[in-house]
Amino acid sequence: MSELAPFVLYFIAALLAAVTRGALRQLILLATPVVAGLHLWLNIDIGSLATHSIMSHELIVMRTDKLSLLFGYLFCIASFIAGIFSLHVKDTKQHVAGLMYAGSALGAVFAGDLITLFIFWELLAISSVFLIWARGTERAFKAGMRYLVFQVMSGVLLLAGALIYFHDTGSLAFDHIGLEGTAGWLIFLAFGIKSAFPFLHSWLTDGYPEATVTGTVFLSAFTTKVAVYALARGFAGEEILVYIGVTMACFPIFYAVIENDLRKVLAYSLINQVGFMVTGIGIGTALALNGAIAHAFSDVIFKGLLFMSMGAVLYRAGNINGSDLGGLYKSMPKTTVLCIIGALSISAFPLFSGFISKSMVMSALMHEDYGYLWLFMLFASAGVFHHAGIKIPYFAFFAHDSGIRTQEAPLNMLIAMTIAAALCIFIGTQPQFLYSLLPWEVDYWPYDTTHVLAQLQLLFFSALAFVWLNKKGLYPPELRSVNLDMEWFYRRLLPVGVQRGVSFLSNAKESAVTTLMAPMQGIRDVFSQSSYAKYHLSESWPTGSMVFWISIILAAYLLLDIFGQSL
Amino acid sequence: MPDKNQKTYLFDKPENVKRLLTGFYAICTILVIADFVVHRHIGFSWEELPAFYAIYGFAACVVLVVIAKKMRKLVMRKEDYYDE
Repeated sequence: MSELAPFVLYFIAALLAAVTRGALRQLILLATPVVAGLHLWLNIDIGSLATHSIMSHELIVMRTDKLSLLFGYLFCIASFIAGIFSLHVKDTKQHVAGLMYAGSALGAVFAGDLITLFIFWELLAISSVFLIWARGTERAFKAGMRYLVFQVMSGVLLLAGALIYFHDTGSLAFDHIGLEGTAGWLIFLAFGIKSAFPFLHSWLTDGYPEATVTGTVFLSAFTTKVAVYALARGFAGEEILVYIGVTMACFPIFYAVIENDLRKVLAYSLINQVGFMVTGIGIGTALALNGAIAHAFSDVIFKGLLFMSMGAVLYRAGNINGSDLGGLYKSMPKTTVLCIIGALSISAFPLFSGFISKSMVMSALMHEDYGYLWLFMLFASAGVFHHAGIKIPYFAFFAHDSGIRTQEAPLNMLIAMTIAAALCIFIGTQPQFLYSLLPWEVDYWPYDTTHVLAQLQLLFFSALAFVWLNKKGLYPPELRSVNLDMEWFYRRLLPVGVQRGVSFLSNAKESAVTTLMAPMQGIRDVFSQSSYAKYHLSESWPTGSMVFWISIILAAYLLLDIFGQSL
Repeated sequence: MPDKNQKTYLFDKPENVKRLLTGFYAICTILVIADFVVHRHIGFSWEELPAFYAIYGFAACVVLVVIAKKMRKLVMRKEDYYDE
C-alpha cells in the first residue's frame, strides 16, 4: 500500500466523478486531495520506488525524494483549494478534467524515467484543454485548439529527446540531463514550452483567460509548475536559464500594464513569476534552487488566490475587463479583502508568502554577483507590484464606480479563497515550516532589517509612482483592445500569408494555362475551318457520353467478376 | 446607477480617500527617514546611495508605464482584431 502512486487515487476519483452527481460527487472532489495528501505525508518515505513493467521495459512510476514530495504536497493542496472553489459547478466534464489534470501533474512529478514523464506530460495537455473548451464559446474552442497544438508539440519534442537520450546513454532515467547533444536540447525545449519561455509563451496568455471561471484556477497551478519541477531536476545550474528567467520576469509586465482583460493580466504576471523560478534554477546554487522551489510553492497559492478572486468577479459581474469594472468593493467586500491579500503576497510584501521565497532568489543573484541582472529583477519586482499588486485590485474593486451592483461571491468560493489567503499569511509569517521541506540544506532567514526596509521602500515608492501617475492623468487608461503578442505570428501572419500564397499560386496557374492553351486554341481554330472537321471523331464529345461508356465498361467488369467466381 | 443605492460607501467620501493618501505619504516619508537611521547591509555598490530602493522603485514604475504607453502605439488593436 505504501507504494501506491498518488495519481492512481486521482484517476479513480475522476472515473467516480464521471458517474456520480450531487453531494456524493462533491464528497469525492474534496476527499481525493485530502486522502492523497495524507497518503503522501504519512505513508511515502523519501527514496521509495515503484516500478511497472510494460513490454519488457521497466517504468519507474514513482520515485520519491524531497524535491518530488514537496511538489506532491503542493499539488494536493492546490487541487483541494481548486476543488472547493469549483464545488458549485454542475458540469461533469470539468470535474473529470480537473481531477485527471491534477492527477497527471502528480504523476509527472513522481515519474522516475523519461517515458513515464512523457505519458503524464501528454495527459496534462489533453486533460487541461477541456477546462478551456468547457467555456463553450467559439473563441474558447479555437484558443483551446491553439493551446493544445503547443502542448502536444512539447510532448513530441520530449519523446524525441527521450529516445535520442536513450540511444546515446542507454538510460531513460530522469535525473540531471544537461544541455549536451541533441537530446538535451530537445528535452530542454519541451520543458521550455511548458514553462512559457519567451517566444514560446503565447499558449498561456492566449489560453488561460479563455478558460472557465474555475478552470483557470486549475490551469494556473499545474502545467507551468510541473515544467519548473522538470527544469529543476534536469537542468539545474544551466546558465542560459538565468538569462531566460530574467527576460521572462521583465517583458510580461509591460503587457500587463496595458492589458484590459484582468485574467490575462494575471496570465502575464504568471510568466513573470515563473521567470523568478527559472532564474533560480539557472543559478543552480542550493540557495537559488531552494528559492525557486519555495517560490513555486508560494506562487501556486497566491496566484490561485488571485485567479479565484478574478474568477469570482467574472462569475458575479459577468465581465472581467478593467474598462468595464470598478467600485466592486461595495458589493463584494470579502472578495476584495481576499484579493488584496493575494496581491500583497505576489508583490512580496513582508509577512506575506511571496516575500520569503522571492528574496531567496534575489539574494542568490547577489551572492553570485549578477549585478546588472539583479537590477533587472528588482525592476521586475517593482513591476509586479505595479500591475498585479495594485492594478488588479484597483481596477476591479475601486477606481471609478462602474455602477455594477452584484452579490458577494458564493460561499464555496469564499471558503476556498480564505484557505488560500490564510496559507499566504501562514507561509509568510512562519517560513520555517516551508523551509524545512525544501530539498537542499540551507541556512537562510528572510527577516532582517535590511531586507524588510529595502523591500518596503521599493514597494511603497512603486505605489507612490502609481498614485502620482494617476493624479497627473499619465496612467494609461483601461481600453477595450487586444495587444499583439507572439500569437500574432500564427493567428494573423501565417493565415494571411497562406491565403496570399494560395491566391498568388492560383493566379499564376491561371495565367500559365492561358498562355499554354493559346497556341492549342489557334491550331483548333485552323483545324475547324479545314475540310477534315466534318468527320465524327474530330468533334468534341460531351462528358456525359464518356461517363456512359465508362459505366458500361465497369458493369462488364462486374459481371465478369461475378461469373468468373462462380465458375 | 449609484443614485438608486442610497448607501454611501467608504471611499464615496472624499475625506476618506484623503485620509488614506495622507497615511500613505506619511509611511513613505518614514521609510526614507529610516534609511538614514537604520544601517543596511550593502551587497552592490549602488545600494550605498541613500534611499536607493525608494528611488529605484519609483523610477522603475514610471519608466515601466511610459514604455508601456509607447508600446500601445505599436501593439494595440481593436478588440475584434482576430475575429475579422
